[in-house]
Amino acid sequence: MSNPVLVFIDHDRGAVGDDTRQAFAFARACLPDAAVAAVVIGGDTTPAVTGADTIWHVRHAELDDYAPEAWGDALHQLAAEVTPSAIVTTGTERGNEVLAHVAAIADEPFAANVVAATPGAPWQIRRARWGGSLLEDATLTAVLPILSCALHAYPSDPSTTSTTSTTSNPNVAEFVPVLQPDAGRTRIVDRVQVAEGITLTTAPVVVSGGRGVGSEEGFAAIEALAELLGGAVGCSRVVTNQGWRPHADQVGQTGKRVAPDLYIACGISGAIQHWVGMQAAKQILAINLDRDAPMVTKADYAVIGDLHEVIPAIVDEIRRRRAAT
Amino acid sequence: MSALRILVSVKRVPAPGAQITLTADARAIDARNLGFTTSPHEECAVEEAIRLVDTHGGDITVLTVGPPEADEQLRYAISVGAHHAIRVGNEEIASGEDPDPQATARAIADAVLALEAEAGVFDVLLFGNESADSGGFQVGVRVARALGRPIVNGIKAIDIADGVLTARRECDTGFEVYRMPLPAAVGVKEGINLPRYATLPGRLRAKKADVQTIDASPPRGGLATVQFATPAVEVTETVLLGTGADAAGAVVDLLSELGLA
Ligand SMILES: Cc1cc2nc3c(=O)[nH]c(=O)nc-3n(C[C@H](O)[C@H](O)[C@H](O)COP(=O)(O)OP(=O)(O)OC[C@H]3O[C@@H](n4cnc5c(N)ncnc54)[C@H](O)[C@@H]3O)c2cc1C
Repeated sequence: MSNPVLVFIDHDRGAVGDDTRQAFAFARACLPDAAVAAVVIGGDTTPAVTGADTIWHVRHAELDDYAPEAWGDALHQLAAEVTPSAIVTTGTERGNEVLAHVAAIADEPFAANVVAATPGAPWQIRRARWGGSLLEDATLTAVLPILSCALHAYPSDPSTTSTTSTTSNPNVAEFVPVLQPDAGRTRIVDRVQVAEGITLTTAPVVVSGGRGVGSEEGFAAIEALAELLGGAVGCSRVVTNQGWRPHADQVGQTGKRVAPDLYIACGISGAIQHWVGMQAAKQILAINLDRDAPMVTKADYAVIGDLHEVIPAIVDEIRRRRAAT
Repeated sequence: MSALRILVSVKRVPAPGAQITLTADARAIDARNLGFTTSPHEECAVEEAIRLVDTHGGDITVLTVGPPEADEQLRYAISVGAHHAIRVGNEEIASGEDPDPQATARAIADAVLALEAEAGVFDVLLFGNESADSGGFQVGVRVARALGRPIVNGIKAIDIADGVLTARRECDTGFEVYRMPLPAAVGVKEGINLPRYATLPGRLRAKKADVQTIDASPPRGGLATVQFATPAVEVTETVLLGTGADAAGAVVDLLSELGLA
């Protein structure tokens, strides 16, 4: 039995997402013989994260809300105590940030967004570059291997449900780190709520527009369709560069990663930097003038035509059928 | 309100289109037919530095670890408003070798210390959240840690007042707010602003600007590239639902099948 693998849990005030399950799947795939020890930093109540063999609850007054430096310090101290065979997480914004801090403190390498890993001396890893449109085979030579897996690269194990609830878990151990007085200097001090309800990253349907939409006003029809379908509006980088939509709507390498049940790409050519942001969609419908656009040839379904005619016709047809029933 | 000394770290990256092609030995992207650009998050970091200096006064140093060709990206930064350009490298880097994240961070941290010994501490160090090509998500954090400065990544808004930097990071429902004492470091994300285009006088200034070079031979870190591969493309049989507005019926049939309409 090798030393346990520490899995950093990305949670926001106790709420965890599917990425936690992906992190467990990654840990078990890399190190099948190691016990999986989840690390939950902050919070008062004993966390109940199922899917791990043991849980470390890391507690300190400076750690209660997210604080990248302090969380990194705390995780590094726990690792010094436990000497894990590796520290892993999923490559979310916080996952990559906290592991980068641990790696910087320990002066160890950090492999972000890994899609395959075999332990050894050195580890053989394959990681996603260019947001996933290029793969890199690399060696990781480390005393303390630190890795994040690319989002959606390790499908979550459905048998594990990770929620923080009040049910007590028999395998929880507490760890109290010793933090510098200024460790909390990068803590979240406030939050501003903008979106409510359906958001781009959680919507079951994303209706997305590209250069072909032509203008800010052109998005009215796309918004109408998204609303009818209970979905969210996305866009390409050309659209944000033109100022037609806010950057928060951008899908792709430098925008958001989405994995809806259906992605409707309207007037988007399908450049790789866009594709990597929505390739995890279960179904893709492309609406495009160009039959040979990569988005069309890679989509599950396509309509060839002018989106300014096609989208209003779809909106009308949905309304007509709904009125008829 | 005191003037700000700002340093922005940028990376030169190729700008591929619908497909990435590799060299025969798979050790690099075949860039013979590609243009190069500044990694997008860093293009926004340069713009943010210009806006901060417009408000507070001060000056901007732009730094890259890269080959002599990366002067093109340094000059771009000068053309839009940066004041000083620094290229950090050595023979291996000049021949096209991309140093690993630990070595890159060590080279930048040493260069920052050398520049600060000459002309004073940088109030703000700006990095891109991650480079477009290697996407390591760590160089800024490593540099900030080496220098003992606070850093937050993923930042889409910056405000500075009374020696405190307030930064906003986007999350699923809105923004998280962070507040750090200066000197501080920030990992900037695209969307923080819309970068401006260079003016003609800006371009002329950039052409004549000096690029200062700093030699660095940092030790190698533990992550070493063996080779690259392009991901397997799934061949999809695209179902054509029709052309033009006439396709609406077939589309709504599909939406109903998926339980959406
Ligand atoms: C480092 C880097 C990062 C990047 N990150 C991102 C990113 O995060 N997200 C992103 O989207 N891009 C990103 N890009 C940019 C990307 O390379 C493309 O330039 C961009 O995705 C193209 O957007 P588009 O498809 O809207 O425009 P185009 O490529 O111009 O495509 C427009 C499409 O619309 C179709 N069309 C035009 N008019 C109509 C009409 N009336 N009806 C129907 N169809 C029509 C055309 O046939 C064409 O297929 C990045 C680039 C780089 C270098």
